[in-house]
Amino acid sequence: MATREFAAHESHAHAAPQGFLRKWVFSLDHKVIGLQYYFLALTAVFVGMFLSLLMRIHLIWPNVSLPLFGDIKPETYLSLLTMHGTIMVFFVLTTAPQGGFGNYFLPIQIGAADMAFPVLNMLSFWITLVGYIVMLAAFFVVGGAPLHGWTGYPPLSALPSAGPGEGLGADLWVISIALFCIGALMSALNFITTTLDMRVKGMSMMRLPLTCWAWFITAILGLLAFGVLFSAGILLLLDRNVGTSFFVPLVTVNGQLTGHKGGSPLLWQHLFWFFGHPEVYIAILPAMGLCSQLVSVFSRKPIFGYKAMVYAMLSIGLLGFMVWGHHMFMSGMSPYSAFAFSIMTMAIGVPSAIKTFNWLGTLWGGRIRFASPMLFAIGFVSLFVSGGISGPFLAQPTLDIPLHDTYFVTGHFHLIMGVASIFGIFAATYYWFPKMFGRMMDESLARWHFWFTFVGTYAIFMPMHYLGMAGHPRRYSQLTELNYLHELMPLQKFITYAAFVTIAGQFIFLFNLFWSMKAGKKASDNPWEATTLEWTTATPPPHDNFGGHTPVVYNGPYEYSVPGAPQDYVMQTDPTIVAAH
Amino acid sequence: MASFAPSVSIDDPRTTLGDDGILPPARDGGDDRPDDGSRNFAARLRRARLGMSVAVAGIVMIFVSFTSAYIVRQGLPTLDPRTDTLVHDWIPVRLPALLLVNTCVLLISSLTMALARRQVAGEAALAHAASIPEVSAGHGQKISWLAVTVVLGLSFLALQWMAWRELAASGFYVATSPSSSFVYLLTGMHGVHLLGGVVALLVAGAASLLQRPVTSRFVILDVTGWYWHFMALLWIYILCLLEFAR
Repeated sequence: MATREFAAHESHAHAAPQGFLRKWVFSLDHKVIGLQYYFLALTAVFVGMFLSLLMRIHLIWPNVSLPLFGDIKPETYLSLLTMHGTIMVFFVLTTAPQGGFGNYFLPIQIGAADMAFPVLNMLSFWITLVGYIVMLAAFFVVGGAPLHGWTGYPPLSALPSAGPGEGLGADLWVISIALFCIGALMSALNFITTTLDMRVKGMSMMRLPLTCWAWFITAILGLLAFGVLFSAGILLLLDRNVGTSFFVPLVTVNGQLTGHKGGSPLLWQHLFWFFGHPEVYIAILPAMGLCSQLVSVFSRKPIFGYKAMVYAMLSIGLLGFMVWGHHMFMSGMSPYSAFAFSIMTMAIGVPSAIKTFNWLGTLWGGRIRFASPMLFAIGFVSLFVSGGISGPFLAQPTLDIPLHDTYFVTGHFHLIMGVASIFGIFAATYYWFPKMFGRMMDESLARWHFWFTFVGTYAIFMPMHYLGMAGHPRRYSQLTELNYLHELMPLQKFITYAAFVTIAGQFIFLFNLFWSMKAGKKASDNPWEATTLEWTTATPPPHDNFGGHTPVVYNGPYEYSVPGAPQDYVMQTDPTIVAAH
Repeated sequence: MASFAPSVSIDDPRTTLGDDGILPPARDGGDDRPDDGSRNFAARLRRARLGMSVAVAGIVMIFVSFTSAYIVRQGLPTLDPRTDTLVHDWIPVRLPALLLVNTCVLLISSLTMALARRQVAGEAALAHAASIPEVSAGHGQKISWLAVTVVLGLSFLALQWMAWRELAASGFYVATSPSSSFVYLLTGMHGVHLLGGVVALLVAGAASLLQRPVTSRFVILDVTGWYWHFMALLWIYILCLLEFAR
């Protein structure tokens, strides 16, 4: 019986899988896997947000006992901080833009029926999911979650005796990260092969939508970066459990020698940040690609400087591998190395500025449609500028040394890496929701959500720069006894209140998301009048994406307001009008 | 049904990338199930090879980071608490001579791997001819180079285990010195990766036993072949690093 069914499948290679398990759980369909990644990230972002809320409450009411965690001891605060950072960076910012939307839309935008290796794709997701479960499990073991921050610096992260969460909790943390690396490597392999090999006729590299370029470059960064983190994780596991001394120097814990000697904590920092800096771009590049797309679609203008955008992303990716030392100015590195890292870091400002000016150039003189995806895209540009501008400050060792361990850095990376790429995720959700679920999201709720989030995140993270300049150290659970910090308390309170409001605003989004799936207005196949291939197919797309036929591409992705065309946009598949270039 | 059309050669110009405005790459629906014919054999082969080269780049990064850790750690002094002076705790490891035997085994397996690939390529070419009644494709008893490669691969891993035992017997455990940590780490990671190659070969062998199309087997063997040679090169690199940079 089973054999016969299998044989029947074989003869219909295009047949969609039947049955709940094959269709929604162990699916090979890139669209379902994309949704699985997306919903994984959605649960993760609410966990991460909840942890940040607890930290914000504790910072201004240190004696209040918190839901699920009770009284907050300094080490509890550190474990909240660690898990917030790790979950947000890995399971949200790396997962949703690339694993979620990349998986769903890369194959469709290049005209393919699926990713290059569907089984591998399914495995990537399941390994990532197991990694996520292992990460959450760290909360529930003896000693609780680890304390070492998302960067996991040894010796704290390498010595089980160093703190309550550094026992089994830290082991689970390292294992989870290693699993995540494996999933991310497999996924990167799939993205690169798919982009290079599965494009339909006419879809040359220079006709790729910038979203695809962004996913492609992100995948290259992931391929080269996650292997390094994986190696570092293996070394850390050995140090923790086998007694080797890769990272642990001769140290005593509570007056006792640990038995380690000669290892170098700096070695971990180098390996970690060699991954960690590209990771920043892994989080932000997909958002850059998406915003380029949206700014063009909703300004009804071709993207300003398509090739410049591509080369800017490529050079951001390349430079991203040469600047890891700027995270380590505090480590006592030679001023000459620091100088080199500093120059390289400031050089990234050039391609970033090219991108920003091109976004503004695209907006300039456009017939702008302020739909919700566009609001978030413009919000992204705004956050990218405000978060990015403090980058050249921190790129200078002389400024970084006083600012490094203060809230200035917290403000900087939350604006640029955190919130900016979250805005990318929101923009992508509002933009592609009609294609994914066949219905429109409610526009007025979306606007409310935008203004809550936009104003709210600025209200949270801008004051952090001032806290930092006033010398408020980050990572501490409670510094209320210090007089000079006492004066900053009103600002801390303001940030926490802003966080309440912003978080409340996210429930508008959550409601809108699920309500619109059931009751949103029915979407047409191309509600935004965009040109790329996903808008040529049915809504939602059939199992093989194009219902048995293969699209052929004749035009670039940004043919808006073409003179002489009957509409103000020309589909990529439209053979009648081949735009002159 | 499962015939291999010889007219579809590996570098079929019809399957080049879309850039050149030639026909698009062949499509195989949404599923990764075994292919039922030669329709998209060339496309699958090209895709698998591309995927394998990308995977090799990823694995190279893992060993690049281990190498940089190796070099950095080797140069680091540590404080001796008894004398309060900086000393080096890196004790050079004398590698077991057995590793030379292992190297030979792995290099021979690389050769048999190439033969296995050639063998399946031949079978694939003959599969079409054999379907013509007048042609006899001469199914004599032949050595299965695939099986030989699997045996050699597993022997290599067993011999590595023995080399580890020898190393431990001479007093070098994983945590004895950073040098010995790296010996176990690098050989161990290499072994894990080689084991992945063995599993891929076993999958190809199972495909043969289950009478799957010879083209599927060829794709697996072809890319595993690349991987296998890469593993041999990587092994020589690791051996040189451990021997000449100790």
